[in-house]
Amino acid sequence: MNSDRARRVLLSAALIALPLSACATTADKPATATKKAPPVRYAHDPYPSTYHPYPGAPTLVRNVTIFDGEGGRIDGGAVLFADGKVVAVGQTLDAPAGATVIDGQGKFVTPGIVDIHSHLGDYPTPSVQAHSDGNEATGPITADVWAEHSVWPQDPGFGRALANGGVTTLQILPGSANLMGGRSVVLKNVYARTMQAMKFPGAPYGLKMACGENPKRVYGSKNREPSTRMGNVAVDRQTWAKAATYKRKWDKYEAEGGDQPERDIGMDTLRGVLSGEIMVQNHCYRADEMAIVLDMAKEFGYKVTAFHHAVEAYKIADLLKASGTCAAVWADWYGFKMESYDGIGENLAILDHAGACAMIHSDDENGIQRLNQEVAKALSSARHSGIQISDAAAWKWLSIGPAKALGIDAQTGSLKPGKMADVVLWNGNPFSVYTRPEKVWVDGAMLYDATDPKRRPVSDFELGQPGSGDVK
Amino acid sequence: MKRAFLLLATMLASPATAQTVAITGGTVAIGDGSAPVEGGTVVIANGRVLAAGRGVAVPAGAQVIDATGKWVSAGVVSALSDISLVDADGVQESNDAGARNSPFKAAIDVSLGVNPAAVKVANERLGGVTRAIVTPSAEGSIFAGQGAVIDLGADPDAVTRPRAFQFVELGESGGKLAGGSRPAAYALLRDAFAQAQDFRRNPAAFDGRSRDALVTRSDADALLRVLDGQVPLLVHVERAADIRNVLALTRDYPKLKLVLVGVTEGWLVARDIAAAKVPVIAAALADLPANFENLAATESNVGRLRAAGVPVGLASTGASGGDHVLRQFAGNLVAIARVPGATGLDWGQAFASITSAPAEAIGMGGEIGSLRAGRRADVVIWDGDPLELSSVPVATWIDGVSQPMRSRQSELRDRYLTPVEGALPKAYERR
Repeated sequence: MNSDRARRVLLSAALIALPLSACATTADKPATATKKAPPVRYAHDPYPSTYHPYPGAPTLVRNVTIFDGEGGRIDGGAVLFADGKVVAVGQTLDAPAGATVIDGQGKFVTPGIVDIHSHLGDYPTPSVQAHSDGNEATGPITADVWAEHSVWPQDPGFGRALANGGVTTLQILPGSANLMGGRSVVLKNVYARTMQAMKFPGAPYGLKMACGENPKRVYGSKNREPSTRMGNVAVDRQTWAKAATYKRKWDKYEAEGGDQPERDIGMDTLRGVLSGEIMVQNHCYRADEMAIVLDMAKEFGYKVTAFHHAVEAYKIADLLKASGTCAAVWADWYGFKMESYDGIGENLAILDHAGACAMIHSDDENGIQRLNQEVAKALSSARHSGIQISDAAAWKWLSIGPAKALGIDAQTGSLKPGKMADVVLWNGNPFSVYTRPEKVWVDGAMLYDATDPKRRPVSDFELGQPGSGDVK
Repeated sequence: MKRAFLLLATMLASPATAQTVAITGGTVAIGDGSAPVEGGTVVIANGRVLAAGRGVAVPAGAQVIDATGKWVSAGVVSALSDISLVDADGVQESNDAGARNSPFKAAIDVSLGVNPAAVKVANERLGGVTRAIVTPSAEGSIFAGQGAVIDLGADPDAVTRPRAFQFVELGESGGKLAGGSRPAAYALLRDAFAQAQDFRRNPAAFDGRSRDALVTRSDADALLRVLDGQVPLLVHVERAADIRNVLALTRDYPKLKLVLVGVTEGWLVARDIAAAKVPVIAAALADLPANFENLAATESNVGRLRAAGVPVGLASTGASGGDHVLRQFAGNLVAIARVPGATGLDWGQAFASITSAPAEAIGMGGEIGSLRAGRRADVVIWDGDPLELSSVPVATWIDGVSQPMRSRQSELRDRYLTPVEGALPKAYERR
């Protein structure tokens, strides 16, 4: 709807502009037909991040078990961070003068959890109709919508994900009603007055795509294409073909100048995908459908960064490995719809064992509070099926894996010197059901402390309501 | 007729349950709220628990199973489950949990929809679930119908108790179902009860058959069982004000056996619930203001209710991971006991919240839900603490019958442990 309106406005502007430029070229025609107007590039980041790290004290957490997020483990180790960055991780570290020193006897330190699939803010609680901002279900292709324009920064779910889940970074995706649902946004899990102030600085955008039952159900029920799986692929292919033309026009214009091609906000996103600037995050359950999507990506020259909800990924671990496509999965969800009927708890284990890129995700405002436990279940399934994976290696599924699939692994996702100090201190082994986050730092700022009621966020919505300020 | 058939089926099944089994050396979790005991023994015979605990003698001739280093517990009882009623919730054709367009409401008897061969039954049994309180979902009316208690055994005889309770919606969703408001839901409830009493007084004069009848004759019959306290009335409400309204119903209907379901804001009225001696079935970890009726949601709800003296069982509703996640929920309630300011449960209480508490809430604590003597022999041996995420069942008995440790999920796992195909397509790979 919005894109149609935008297109009409742009079109009328172009019609007014056209005669003038035609006049100008006519006058100069014989001599300098090649003289063109210089290209004007459109902004690729028109809603820029205004996030700033909150102040933190130089902090040394020592005498702890560390999972560094890249598979490394240090027993009785120490982590030092200052000025928002990890300074050092090692067996023994000296505390700089004035540093806060925390003795973590019996406790664990990990990088903050990165959830690659969340709808917090877009489907905030309370889940009333007025808050249903996650699916622009008015057409199967809405590459023009940006999830960030729906985010409600006061969603109480952000605080729960921080305090109970140790989640420090999350990707907010539009929903899966549409084949191309729109752009995602990556957020730091820090309450702010504006969405921009939560936005992860420099994180690439993603394009949410969906295959399977959702698009065909939503549009089939409206008696329009797609109403079948073949309809899904047909509409996708038609759209990619248009996007290729759009990209060609704009590439030429930006290289050579001349008449500016018509702007199309949705096509901007697809052009970004085709030029490798925007990553495809593709909701897809069934093995056979994922294989079709991989072929479609080859046909049009784009890459699927990750399949999400990839319930049957374990059946095609070899194909995923070969194409370098990741699978983001649940630990044990199954049987809630036909395309989740074959879900098994060993999905992550089999993928990992076959050398494919895999990770956990939530897609759920409750599940996001316990992603460490979801990995613990996946780990248990692995071990009981004879696949040995260490605790430290399994933490990759929670931090560096999703960080890579979001294109932010140089900044966060592991405890390496120079990276953002996104850190969780757990009061025990985080793969035990009996363990909870004790302290959570985002960019070195302590934003949750179980022992301090003042380090516990209360969103605007909750303020003055029953239970406000209580432990949650 | 149906009851007679079920009775017969139970009798036919009994020879297989006659064997006496003694499970020795394990950490025993009885499920009644007591702490687990190390080095205990569990003895089952004729489908029932003979004894469980420390210092229990092994009867002569018993089959002895050494569970040293393992845990032995009561099987998990899943409350508010749709297991056996649905193959896949989102696949309408496979879903018998609700009946939006039925003229019948309170009369609906879900035991007739129970499919013991449903794939989820074996899958969830491998997660330690041995019984389920199968609950209809209210779609056509505030009255969802009559729920059943089933076992998850690998046999065709699944129904432990049909028509075990009535389920009604009285909070936000009840208001929606009644036409748009909570007051409308109460008007409907009271009128339906009044009509049921009319039916009792003069069945011949009772309409109940015309197209616009609010209450059919069979609905009235089902509601009389509720009014007489023959079956519990499970009432779904979340908000503190709704809970008070429901507790007040017993002033007019003194025989009602109420069970509160949902109850996110229960901790705000915990003393009232305790004083009314009404049990609760709640979600363990609901901590979001999911709607305007859950604004005070906190993970401490269950712990605070329990501390006030309210017995609380946990519900599996909304668990996309299946009913086996109940033990994860219970484990979390132990975990929050370590969070300053939060209220959790001790281990024994937490385990009881997924075993005996839901059984007792629906008046079946004497039959199922624990390893106390005389209960049905639903026993699980685990390779570790049953609430811990790393543990799985290694052996299971239901009604004293040893259960297969395979499911469709384990078949899929074994087929795809090596994803690439061999000399033949995967379709030819079978164990």
